[in-house]
Amino acid sequence: MFSDFTKEVDKDNIAFITWNCLDKSMNTMTGNGFKNFQQLIIEALSDETIKGIIITSGKVDFSGGMDLSTLEALKRNSGSNPASKIFEFIMEGHTLLRKIELGKIDDSSKAKPVAFAGGGVCAGIGTEIGLACHRRFFSSSKESKIGLPEILVGLFPGLGGTTRVPRMMGLMGASSVLLEGKLFASDKAKSIGLVDEVVAGDELIQKAKNWVLSASPQDLIKPWDQKGFKFPGGAPYHPSGFMSFVGASALVNGKTKGLYAAPKALLSSVYEGALVDFDSALKIEARWFTSVLMTDTCTNMARTLFLNKSALEKGQQRPAGAKETNLKQISVIGSGMMGSGIAFASLLNGLQVLLVDQNIEAAEAGKMKIEMLLNESVKRKKLSEEEKTKLLGHVKTVSSLERISGSDLVIEAVFEDLQLKQSLYQKIEPHLKEGSILASNTSTLPITKLSEVLKDRTRFIGIHFFSPVDKMNLVEVIKSQKTNERSLAVALDYISLIKKTPIVVNDSRGFYANRCIIPYINEGLRMLSEGIGPALIENSAKQIGMPVGPLQLLDELSVSLALNVAKETKAALGKDYEETGTESILLEMSQKKRFGRKELAGFYDYDNKGRRQKLWEGLKNLNIERKNADITSELVKNRLAYVQALEAVRAYEENILLSVEEGDVGGILGWGCLIWAGGPFSWLDHVGHENVLSECQKLFEQYGARFAPPKIIKELASSGSKFYN
Amino acid sequence: MEEAYIYDTVRSPRGKGKKGSLNELTAVSLSAKILNELRSRNNLNTEEVEDVIWGNVTQVGEQGGCLARSAVIAANYSESTPGLSINRFCASGLEAVNLATNQVKGSAGSAYVAGGVEMMSRVPMGSDGAAIAVDPTLAMNSFFVPQGISADILATKYGLSRDDVDAFAVESQKRAAAARKAGHFKNSIAPIKDQNKLTILEEDEYIRPETSMQSLGGLEPSFKNMGEVMPGFDAVALLKYPEFEKINHVHHAGNSSGIVDGAAAILIGNKAFGLKNALKPRAKIVATSKIGTDPTIMLTGPLPATEKVLRQSGMNIKDIDLFEVNEAFASVPLSFMEHFGVEHQKINVNGGAIAMGHPLGATGAMLLGTVLDELERTGKSTALTTLCVASGMGASTIIEKV
Repeated sequence: MFSDFTKEVDKDNIAFITWNCLDKSMNTMTGNGFKNFQQLIIEALSDETIKGIIITSGKVDFSGGMDLSTLEALKRNSGSNPASKIFEFIMEGHTLLRKIELGKIDDSSKAKPVAFAGGGVCAGIGTEIGLACHRRFFSSSKESKIGLPEILVGLFPGLGGTTRVPRMMGLMGASSVLLEGKLFASDKAKSIGLVDEVVAGDELIQKAKNWVLSASPQDLIKPWDQKGFKFPGGAPYHPSGFMSFVGASALVNGKTKGLYAAPKALLSSVYEGALVDFDSALKIEARWFTSVLMTDTCTNMARTLFLNKSALEKGQQRPAGAKETNLKQISVIGSGMMGSGIAFASLLNGLQVLLVDQNIEAAEAGKMKIEMLLNESVKRKKLSEEEKTKLLGHVKTVSSLERISGSDLVIEAVFEDLQLKQSLYQKIEPHLKEGSILASNTSTLPITKLSEVLKDRTRFIGIHFFSPVDKMNLVEVIKSQKTNERSLAVALDYISLIKKTPIVVNDSRGFYANRCIIPYINEGLRMLSEGIGPALIENSAKQIGMPVGPLQLLDELSVSLALNVAKETKAALGKDYEETGTESILLEMSQKKRFGRKELAGFYDYDNKGRRQKLWEGLKNLNIERKNADITSELVKNRLAYVQALEAVRAYEENILLSVEEGDVGGILGWGCLIWAGGPFSWLDHVGHENVLSECQKLFEQYGARFAPPKIIKELASSGSKFYN
Repeated sequence: MEEAYIYDTVRSPRGKGKKGSLNELTAVSLSAKILNELRSRNNLNTEEVEDVIWGNVTQVGEQGGCLARSAVIAANYSESTPGLSINRFCASGLEAVNLATNQVKGSAGSAYVAGGVEMMSRVPMGSDGAAIAVDPTLAMNSFFVPQGISADILATKYGLSRDDVDAFAVESQKRAAAARKAGHFKNSIAPIKDQNKLTILEEDEYIRPETSMQSLGGLEPSFKNMGEVMPGFDAVALLKYPEFEKINHVHHAGNSSGIVDGAAAILIGNKAFGLKNALKPRAKIVATSKIGTDPTIMLTGPLPATEKVLRQSGMNIKDIDLFEVNEAFASVPLSFMEHFGVEHQKINVNGGAIAMGHPLGATGAMLLGTVLDELERTGKSTALTTLCVASGMGASTIIEKV
């Protein structure tokens, strides 16, 4: 077996401890890796001939952080009291990092300087190792970035980051590092104090070595290990720290709606730690971190957003053995908002794009939209002016379909109209080159139906982007009954190339995401029609963690679109159509010309720039019943959560959704569904299926069939098992 | 069970904050002056005083270290008289009375001095820390927001407009100014003098009789920014009160209680104590109550505390002739009036803390003294005093003139 860490001692008696996981492209910390690291550090610190230590990486990147599956495994394999094993493991980590920080193995030995020399990506435990060192040297390369992103996947920095960073930069300064989980470019990292020196990558080791050789004993004592240490910005009960701590809780509570355990635990750890000495603070941090790892919603969130999401991005559903694709040029047909967004994402990732529209003016207008998106990137310093100009040169605008014959992939993104699309496909097909595939960006129309007009239906597929394309990372890939494996492989390779996250679903109305979002909106409308206060509906939605309430979402999508979808669905389903009970409100809104944000009037009032002001007063006077006006917030929340989650379960049961992993990743990235719990399926697991079943039955009896417990829920409830075992 | 009676009430005038007249006095010296006044007015043999229960909220620095015992020593009471500092935030002064009352009723001693002090200009409010605000575990789980936000939630809940709360404030000023002018406070007020018998302060000095809707209209709402912008307490409030779209920020310095200095003391004893010392009881303390309520809206305590004290006394809201509902914020007495259907003519007839200020530890005892003076002056019989309390509590006391 390989060792993840190696130790070499140079002629100046400096020990280099180098992290290089030979079996992985990125260094991540596993249980064995930690033991390896621990042994080498202790050896080096114990060796009297060694003058100092430099911790570095054998790769460009220092580390991606902890291997989260290690934590999962630790929890799973720790018998009846996993908390005690996890706590011990974390404390072992603290003990080791504390030895690094003190530069010695015990009180009787002399302190040795320990420097950190890293670059590239440095995250999580990688950064925390650096924070324990006496001085941090970080590469100036453009790709280098350092930070503690744990909070973004439901955890918090648990190996001293939470205790050290606030003592370095105060609570306010620490909040962008700990609570926002930002990764900082080298210069910024230096200015906030996360690293000490930024140097060219090839000088990293030499500069670190020079420092180690010249470090004075005073350089090896951290501020918090010196007498009279004062918490920067003020400790909790210091007059200047008081409001920061009061404010931090309110800010986090308001933003997270109290749903996420990790930021709460993080703040509690900082607060309680700030009132005691450093070693006690580390113990407090370890207790809170253990509690987070023991909280299923946190680990489920990490499972979905880290493990399962990356597995999907690495091509988990790509058909085994499908030939690798080598995409060079794509065609995007239809240069509206979606088309130009797709083109933009493709350009950014090295593709040539042919932008096709009915006439050249329309295509040029699409190119303008791309240019605006590129300008945004320049403004945010993601691109230089030169790069922008170069990328714009990779777009060709045309009005005839002949030129698409040069493309490996053709994506249609025209208006949602079955006949329009079908007649377009008939014109496209003769120009498709051998081996090229045709994809539709439709969000609602059945893929199988769309493909009926094609001669070769095997090379047709749905690639459903979410709006706005530049911000939304989920892509739903929809297989028709005829789509072949090669087409699926091309679609997935393309999505991987443009760095988005795919889920693969079977064909049906609304596919997965829209199928679940529509009932959520409808439930909001139904509640409004029952006389439930609109503020209670919207706030309750946010309290289950939805990014926007159903009424606000409908304002974004527009009432006319909702009426249109209802009309089409009705037409397509005929007598199978189930009344949603929402049409009368939609019609009343449309009669009153309250269509949504675009018209500056919907369920909300808007100012002339389209900024939401407040709920429309007129909602009180809609023609509605008032039977449920005194409903509790708990019930409103349950209805809004179950109506989505049960639809997700049905999609899975009907084999539209192929795995619960995709259901959770898709739910979170697609419409922000129950993020804090790890997605809809993880949420149902968290609630427990017996509870789910009894709640569904209650809702079913009171509100109707949409809450009828699906068969699979009944099975899970009776067998006592979960979607994830 | 023994009955508990009020034998006398004494208070200092309220000094107006840092630039006010009482700012130069220490907490212990103002306390001692009031204790001394109570002794001399009643020729009190302090050996008979079982305890001095002293309300005081910010118990740090000069108000720390059991200020009650320090004050007793400073006032030269009998060595055998102990002292007990207590903190039930804004109701501390009333709670001191209620504790003493129930000790007397339970036969644990025949006489108590109860009251309190707060030198808000010297020991800033909040300087003793507060886990509920600062400790994230507690603050988040209890949906902590500062009191001003709570007052605005209360206004939102009762649909009170800026005009409603401002009009109440103007009326409080008008009533307080008229009462001061007519000498309604004279009976209880002990003019504060220095060691040379030179007068420091004789009358409440915080009142602004010229206050008008117009002058208040120019004030910015005090809690809007912390609610809506940084750090955004309204978002926390809406987690607890999702039925509101937004919090209506209506409170400002002009319709909230003033930050002032002051002290008050009440002599409470059983019947035998009065007979023995030839003191005439002024009022019977009929019933007392205290209660916990939702800490987020925080200030609704007077409602259940009042319901509870009415239940305990077997009385109805209509049986009460006069009410003192502490004007911590205008929304508090307004919501009380709305909830119980009590007309404004019965509530805070001589103005309240909006006009005169709210020396936290003393106010409860001051209100009780004020309302008893008013019962005697007008020949009415029963009065109910109640205060809202931080962290979601309330306290209430019913007295009946003897």
